[in-house]
Amino acid sequence: MTLAPPAPGAETATEEMTAAVAMNSALDAAMAADDKVILLGEDIADPIGGVFKVTKGLSSKYGTHRVRATPISEQAIVGTAIGLSMAGYRPVAEIMFFDFITVAMDQIVNHAAKLRYMSGGVTPAPITVRTSVGGSRFGAQHSQSLEAWFMHTPGIKVVMPSNPIDAKGLLASCVFDDDPCLFIEHLNLAYSNKAAVPLGDYRVPLGKAAVLRPGRDLTLITYGPTTGLVSAAAETLAGEGIEAEVIDLRTLMPLDLETVFDSVTRTRRAIVVHEATQFLGPGAEIAAQITEQLFGELLGPVLRVGARFTPVPFSSGLTNFPTPDRILSAARSLVRP
Amino acid sequence: MTAPATNTAELDRAACERIYELMLTTQLADDTAREEAKAGRLQAAFYPVRGLEAVCAALGEVLRPDDQLVSTYRNLGDALAKGMPLPLILAELYGRATGVSKGKGGAMHLHHTPTGFMTTTGIVGSGLPIAVGLGLGAQLDASDRVVVTTFGDGATSIGAAHEAMNLAALWKLPVLFLCQNNQWGEHTPIAEYAGSTDLANRAAAYGMTAHRVDGFDLFATLQCLRGAVEDIRAGHGPVFVEAMTYRLTGHTGTADFSYVPADELAAAMQRDPAPNFRSWLLQSAGWSEDDVRAVKERTEQAVRDAFTAAQESPLPGPEELYTDVFATDLVTWEDR
Repeated sequence: MTLAPPAPGAETATEEMTAAVAMNSALDAAMAADDKVILLGEDIADPIGGVFKVTKGLSSKYGTHRVRATPISEQAIVGTAIGLSMAGYRPVAEIMFFDFITVAMDQIVNHAAKLRYMSGGVTPAPITVRTSVGGSRFGAQHSQSLEAWFMHTPGIKVVMPSNPIDAKGLLASCVFDDDPCLFIEHLNLAYSNKAAVPLGDYRVPLGKAAVLRPGRDLTLITYGPTTGLVSAAAETLAGEGIEAEVIDLRTLMPLDLETVFDSVTRTRRAIVVHEATQFLGPGAEIAAQITEQLFGELLGPVLRVGARFTPVPFSSGLTNFPTPDRILSAARSLVRP
Repeated sequence: MTAPATNTAELDRAACERIYELMLTTQLADDTAREEAKAGRLQAAFYPVRGLEAVCAALGEVLRPDDQLVSTYRNLGDALAKGMPLPLILAELYGRATGVSKGKGGAMHLHHTPTGFMTTTGIVGSGLPIAVGLGLGAQLDASDRVVVTTFGDGATSIGAAHEAMNLAALWKLPVLFLCQNNQWGEHTPIAEYAGSTDLANRAAAYGMTAHRVDGFDLFATLQCLRGAVEDIRAGHGPVFVEAMTYRLTGHTGTADFSYVPADELAAAMQRDPAPNFRSWLLQSAGWSEDDVRAVKERTEQAVRDAFTAAQESPLPGPEELYTDVFATDLVTWEDR
């Protein structure tokens, strides 16, 4: 079914909420609009309402036949979602931590992503898999950013919001999208910041990046948790007379290269920043695309700032994630070599 | 739990014809596909189903058109049992545009929703969770349709199979887990990969009804599957059936299978389902030689025609490469 997004310019009631509450609001609206929306996952039913509380209250409101707490069985969770989608439902499966998706990799990569193609369009699998990532307090098996693996797999959409408003609008779009979607929720984002999130059915289109800040000197391309870091870096750079344009990709597949190319054509310098491992990470492809298309325009190499090539360390004395210093020094080296 | 075997089941003339035709079609198409693969004319990893003819024919008899099936790469008999037209299957084997998946799936990936043939998987054991999802859909729909998932004995070593059985038993889903036990996991005999070779016993441990039946005995299998499907349709939850057969050929269409013990294979060949059913038709069902010859000639002609049509069908055009990747074709960045 298709729900109309709010008309442009229409007054929409909003409420201050965290991304976790915003995502709950998206699922609530989707379940109210379409009784084919079914949630599956470990611990997602009340009273716990999901270990990160994203599904809190939904089983009480819609029943445990629609909000289904499952055994600890990642392959069964995703496989069941696939079968349900073939039966005409719109399942939303929760995989508690991104790392656990490795357990369900076969179902997502070999089945959900490929069924449409392998069947010549006969049996697609329009499921949404929600998962969480972020922070090093859980150690190396609960903190990996694995989005590049899925971007590398034809047939699945990959979405990672950077703020509560997009978290709601992008999740709603995933639920009603006709392709399998991987929706990645960063834990720092989910709980720390609040924003005025539209109530009711609110959608943000998949595959459309947001220009968060205009600038003429270089383009900083990012998504998810590093968006805040990059925006702060742009402020610092502005104080030094360097005007950086900031692009939040929001969706990694489809990748909005039009917005990226348009920006870099003007700024002629680009840096890609993400929390995923830099080596062979999403930035590698984005940098290659920019280089292939705009080589003659560029005033310097396209740089990347991603996680170091290590497992995510536990100790606060160690970090492999991008730091403000690494972003700033990359920007300065590019603009004032 | 072994279902009682009987050779006295009442089958009317039309059912006998359907069953014999299905077994013969399976056997002939399977034999021809292996010949084609060995000759290099069929560039496909074809997984023979020889030995499963009775299990597939019985399954076809007990399922309704709206029942759904999730099969494996060893799928020819299952597809025919569910009613998928042979020409569509064979065209897919040859990668033709007229194939059931437009040539994009191949021998391992048949899909045909009009007959309830929902999907197949090339990953051993991974179809079971998908069937559980279809079963949940049937339960949520308050429908009495049954979802069957077929798999070999090797699949019961895979974690996904156990996750799926646990979930189906927990939620009392209308799923028939049909293990087509051919005694071989690829090139390894069952006794060398399983601590307990009583696979039905494993399913029983999950809290579901489980049966073991002689899968070479059409009547025993028919009776067992009919009872299982009735139980499931009545809302009693999932059932596991282990149909005991033997793989009468190699793991793939071109694989050497000289490692199979000659005496075991010879004994199994004595029980080859289609020839045995033919004998039963002649000896116990009152069929004449002319009757069985008529079905055989009709079947041989249909199989020949389907192979010829598949071989003569066009390959998919290059424009098909980028369609069906996503619901709406996306920009292909590599071709900008």
